[in-house]
Amino acid sequence: MTEPLLRVRDLKTYFVTEHGSGTARAVDGVSFEVYPGETLGLVGESGCGKTVTSLSILRLIPEPPGHIRPGSFIEFEGRNLLTLAPRELRAIRGNRIAMIFQEPMTSLNPVFTVGDQIAEAAVVHQRLSRRAARARAIEMLKLVGIPDPDDRVDHYPHQMSGGMRQRVMIAMALVCHPKLLIADEPTTALDVTIQAQILELLDRLQRDLGMAVMLITHDLGVVAGTADRVVVMYAGEVVEQAATAELFARPLHPYTEGLLASVPRIDTRVSQVRGRLHSIPGQVPAATAWPAGCRFHPRCPYAWDRCRQEAPPPLDAGAGEPGAHTVRCWLLTEPQRRSARA
Amino acid sequence: MTAPAPALVDVAGLVKHFPADRGFFGLGRARAAVRAVDGVSFAIAAGRTLGLVGESGCGKSTVGRTMLRLIEPDAGRITIDGRDVLALGTRELRALRRRMQIVFQDPYGSLNPRMTVRQTLAEPLAIHRLASAADAERRIVALLEEVGLDPTYAQSYPHELSGGQRQRVGIARALSVEPQFLVLDEPVSALDVSVQAQVLNLLADLQQRRHLTFLFIAHDLAVVKHVADNVAVMYLGKIVERAPAPALYAAPRHPYTAALLSAVPVPDPKAQRDRIVLTGEVPSPAAPPPGCPFHPRCPHPKKNERCRTEPPPLREVAPEQLAACHFAEEPL
Repeated sequence: MTEPLLRVRDLKTYFVTEHGSGTARAVDGVSFEVYPGETLGLVGESGCGKTVTSLSILRLIPEPPGHIRPGSFIEFEGRNLLTLAPRELRAIRGNRIAMIFQEPMTSLNPVFTVGDQIAEAAVVHQRLSRRAARARAIEMLKLVGIPDPDDRVDHYPHQMSGGMRQRVMIAMALVCHPKLLIADEPTTALDVTIQAQILELLDRLQRDLGMAVMLITHDLGVVAGTADRVVVMYAGEVVEQAATAELFARPLHPYTEGLLASVPRIDTRVSQVRGRLHSIPGQVPAATAWPAGCRFHPRCPYAWDRCRQEAPPPLDAGAGEPGAHTVRCWLLTEPQRRSARA
Repeated sequence: MTAPAPALVDVAGLVKHFPADRGFFGLGRARAAVRAVDGVSFAIAAGRTLGLVGESGCGKSTVGRTMLRLIEPDAGRITIDGRDVLALGTRELRALRRRMQIVFQDPYGSLNPRMTVRQTLAEPLAIHRLASAADAERRIVALLEEVGLDPTYAQSYPHELSGGQRQRVGIARALSVEPQFLVLDEPVSALDVSVQAQVLNLLADLQQRRHLTFLFIAHDLAVVKHVADNVAVMYLGKIVERAPAPALYAAPRHPYTAALLSAVPVPDPKAQRDRIVLTGEVPSPAAPPPGCPFHPRCPHPKKNERCRTEPPPLREVAPEQLAACHFAEEPL
């Protein structure tokens, strides 16, 4: 297998809570890789730590209250991002690794034109002249499919729709041709027809520019359609990771299984779907007090004594190469318990 | 299908135009009004659910709010249980509000942060003089149990609850006056998938147990597929298609419905689907295109000059299935 572009090992990002009363272990020992040119889907519900993971990679965690624990390791193109000097880090951010966020309006500066904002990274990292920067901004607007780019380059964010702003954000992120794009819920704030446009655009740009994409989302439908591999997070940990086709065909962690079963589906006949949806009982625990043992055990239909006492490590599901499909669940050691329930 | 029940809710020709902002001190140039709702009609049988779907700005929430006269419509007729809602005076309207309630999307914004759950639930009982103090306590406990919350949450403030729990309180508040009709405005779109399923199941149980009638407003077509008996699709203030859910999902007749359905991501990597990706964006409701409002984005192969000039009426194109498209009978 090729060398990973990004390797995250045992990442722990903790926050001191507001009243100083405790520590929120938002990301608590997360490991995964992103390979060149692939799309990795990072999936989970609110509070699972997926956004904190992505912010940690770029070291955008406000300190205090947050801090990345010693022993964490984030390697990008052979360098540990956690030990880089601020100056070296700036040479990577926005240049080799770029990021787009869910809400384009709050991530764009209202008092600068979109052209200025798109070109800024190129001016900083590549020392482009004013004229070259403007030409580059227009070229980027064209690339992301904005009509009349020569005109739009002088517009302000408030003059654009949500979908157009998200295209501007993408243009901004890609202006230096990054090797890795971190997209945090890039289509969540958009309507479904605009979401389809943006996902198609990201897919085309990724192929044309040969970059890797880390797509962070709560939407399993979006992941199924775009990701090569999927990492599922729950309660600050990676609970399952596998190739997309494998994960959807054979979800092995009870959380993944439950999550997939609770999604209302549009691709089934109405007569089959009316009635009760599967739901996962209870709710996500608080990051200040993760349950002992397996963190999913209070909501798990299969849990037994061992799950309440002992936290399972990532176990190999034995599909393909070692590590291709790993699951943090004791059921892998006693699969007969699953069939006994079913 | 059972025999058609008499409609509990009947809406005809509903119109709401919002006057455009004239800028500071009203000195700006007069601009065209936003035609948020532009002639909407539907009926909902007692105990049934109508799903009202569409993208941001299509006017679906405005329709929901006019039903309770939280927004006063400019024209049209709304009848609930045979009573003309728009003809009622303040006092009668208050009495009718006991029969109809609304649940909002954002349980964070719609609960008073300074009131405990008990106070939130006691307020409607007091306003409508439905219970004595002792009786109120008993009913609050029963309501909490009915929406799946432990009665000890009565002491809690909204910030102490999770999103799903807050939405359960919002539902309990709506139920406290024992309404017949609920407007559910994006009731699960702020919730995580696993919690969303819990709340949808709760709504289904409540509907059955209390024989409630729902207007379920949502942008998520997959969610609506799970809850609605009939579905109406809105685009730029108008209903472009209305049909029983099975027909609409199996064979959409309006190209916009077809595009919306095809754009919904499916959690199955093997699903091979012909996705219709619409070009362009929704035009401003202040300046809807002439003719068919959908024509600038319409992918229909038969699209022609007529679409640009002549607004298509909402007409029956299959049994019980209405679509506003000149070419609804032609394959897309």
